[in-house]
Amino acid sequence: MSFIDRTARSFLLVELVSGMALTLKYMFKPKVTLNYPYEKGPLSPRFRGEHALRRYPNGEERCIACKLCEAICPAQAITIEVEPRDDGSRRTTRYDIDMTKCIYCGFCEEACPVDAIVEGPNFEFATENREELLYDKDKLLANGERWEAELAARLEADAPYR
Amino acid sequence: MPKLTVDGIEVEVEAGATVLQACEEAGKEIPRFCYHERLSIAGNCRMCLVEMERAPKPVASCAMPAADGMVIKTDSDLVKKARNGVMEFLLINHPLDCPICDQGGECDLQDQAMAYGFDASRYAEKKRAVKDKELGPIVKTIMTRCIHCTRCVRFSEEVAGVGTMGAVYRGEDTEVGPYIEASINSELSGNLVDLCPVGALTSKPYAFTARPWELKKTDSIDVMDAVGSNIRIDSRSSEVMRVLPRTNDDVNEEWISDKTRYAIDGLKRQRLDRPYVRVDGKLKAATWDEAFAAIKAKVSGLDGKKIAAIAGDTVDCESMTALKDLMGTLGAPNLDCRQDGSKIGGPRASYIFNTTISGIDDADACLIVGANIRAEAPIINSRLRKRWRATAGDFKVGIIGESWDPTYKHDYLGAGAETLSAVLDGKNDFAKVLKAAEKPMIIVGMGALNREDSDAVLATVRAIAEKYGMVSGDWNGFNVLHTAASRVGGLDLGFVPGEGGLATNDILDAAAKGDVEVVYLLGADEIDMSKLEKAFVVYQGAMGDAGAQAADVILPGAAYTEKNGTYVNTEGRAQQGWRAVFPVGEAKEDWAIVRALSGALGQALPYDNIDAVRSRMVELSATFASLNAVTKAEWTDFGKAGDMKSDGFTSPVRNFYMTDPISRASVTMAKCTEAFVKDAAAEKVA
Repeated sequence: MSFIDRTARSFLLVELVSGMALTLKYMFKPKVTLNYPYEKGPLSPRFRGEHALRRYPNGEERCIACKLCEAICPAQAITIEVEPRDDGSRRTTRYDIDMTKCIYCGFCEEACPVDAIVEGPNFEFATENREELLYDKDKLLANGERWEAELAARLEADAPYR
Repeated sequence: MPKLTVDGIEVEVEAGATVLQACEEAGKEIPRFCYHERLSIAGNCRMCLVEMERAPKPVASCAMPAADGMVIKTDSDLVKKARNGVMEFLLINHPLDCPICDQGGECDLQDQAMAYGFDASRYAEKKRAVKDKELGPIVKTIMTRCIHCTRCVRFSEEVAGVGTMGAVYRGEDTEVGPYIEASINSELSGNLVDLCPVGALTSKPYAFTARPWELKKTDSIDVMDAVGSNIRIDSRSSEVMRVLPRTNDDVNEEWISDKTRYAIDGLKRQRLDRPYVRVDGKLKAATWDEAFAAIKAKVSGLDGKKIAAIAGDTVDCESMTALKDLMGTLGAPNLDCRQDGSKIGGPRASYIFNTTISGIDDADACLIVGANIRAEAPIINSRLRKRWRATAGDFKVGIIGESWDPTYKHDYLGAGAETLSAVLDGKNDFAKVLKAAEKPMIIVGMGALNREDSDAVLATVRAIAEKYGMVSGDWNGFNVLHTAASRVGGLDLGFVPGEGGLATNDILDAAAKGDVEVVYLLGADEIDMSKLEKAFVVYQGAMGDAGAQAADVILPGAAYTEKNGTYVNTEGRAQQGWRAVFPVGEAKEDWAIVRALSGALGQALPYDNIDAVRSRMVELSATFASLNAVTKAEWTDFGKAGDMKSDGFTSPVRNFYMTDPISRASVTMAKCTEAFVKDAAAEKVA
């Protein structure tokens, strides 16, 4: 019996038809793939991507050079140098993050008492050479300006759980 | 000796001790802000509350004398609640600005709030704010952070002796600060920064530059004066960030002078970082080999008598040993470690501070001759002041020389030799004081000893010491106060003219005449360089000061923060400091430079490492065999009676803040000079 059954199945292309049926079924289901980079998936407000240094709405930089992020950084990717600014306030003269060292743990963001250093939603910052991944203060502040609306929204969304 | 029980542990403490000390004796930690071992007891922070049996409420342990049979509990629920409450009250008005506070990371309030405080504030009302005070170029104030422990008030009143700080107004309105808007004119004001348990008083030059957790800490010895204060050098990568005192009860207790603490920013300027050789009248950068070759070309074949060496004020003993031995191999007897031209030397008792600094605590009268101690060694002056306070004013001090304010009661006797002779002859009133005293001491400064007639002055002082029983049994009240960190070390090593050799002034005169052709300056800048124009000058040192300008060959050496070195302080106490950072550029440790030069000259010195140099030092002087200790010097004959000149003794230190190449290059010291030295403004115009 089994011989007849098997032969009949193979001549009637049953497997092929069931396969094609599955294909047909998925043609009418919603897609799970994305057309990256034209489409992107959703990100959590806690997603830890590229760093940014934020400013206050009046344009003053938030960072007060307390060096807590530098101290907490497990990869020792952050380097800070401080001097009193002309008006006597405590500001950084240098704020470097080596993005090739960074392990994106988010401790710097958690250590920051003034929400200055944050990890934003951007994960598309691949570069053609290493040097471009050594971020300095200007680059980080520029990031902050570019992403501010999104960064503020993310912080607000996450605020109740902090 | 009261016996008491602390948490079930029975302890016995000395009569007059406090409960807090008893608790420490039992190994219990008592939190405190206002209590400090070296200051009087205030009892106003209330953090040290403990429970005492049969007392209705917790007692402040720092202010409660220990008594027999007390039963103290330091970890009961009541104590915990009390501490919690006190901490909450202290934090009511304390701003939450730890991230921008320089005290952050080494703050007593921060630490104790973690250990004894609540985790959140219940205070919703307005916090107070206090106007900052202007305390000069050294201490920065953020008075809103002040918790009114009054340590600074007590320090300036008791130790520094400038009663300018105080607390005004009452209760919540209390403000600590100077009564009148004025800087604290004290050589010890930097210690306020260490004393302040919070960030109200912080260091101005160090403001916002580093965090305590990123600093490497190295034990070292100060070279700015001859006290040999024990210091800790905090450095980050290749930069010295700050200097803090180390506790050593025999030397500096836990204070250091402002010059010790803040002159280090001079190490970032005017440094010699590579060898230079003078070509056609101009200094040109060279390699080590070229520099050595230039010296060899000049020195080889030259008669040893035409070669001389002078060691400066901040030189370590290792390099002086190496240079002494090098001069020995060259057959040159002309070497001197007294660049001020003084003739001290000879028996050891004649040039050290025999009483020792801690010995001042036993003295009951003191005659100061030709020393402005407040400018020359502020730490010793504070020790004298401490003695004066401890005796409630019975410690009598007489001053001969220029008139200066020692911050304690004193009798100004006269300006110079005449007064000194009068004291010896018993014609001066102070002679009675010395006669009545059981342990009198005399301090002779460089102002009296760097003169032509120093032998006669020394003989007179010695006669006074003998006549008034200053040397008897264990007590030796004869003291010489040096101004240079390297002086006693140099004298102990015998860095003085050999047989037929010339001393500093003679070397300079001979060089001006052309009799001495090569002069080797080991960090010596305080000499008359115009006399060296004819000579071939080799300058070895760290700073580009007078010596480097006159030099034909510059060998860049290491500053005191950049080498392992031994220094002998004015008491004759040999102490070792460690290297905190590496020398700048191509500079090397000084003894190694001399060793390399000896090799280039074809007569290599027999040591290849610092241990070998140190064994050589032990061979030269027993001082170096026992570190950190003072060996008593035998009281022998010295000085030569003669006529003393009538002009008054003047201290060689005209400006406390600038005495050596490092402090002269320091921006902070320049600011202090401008703020505190009266003649500075006039000098600037001139």
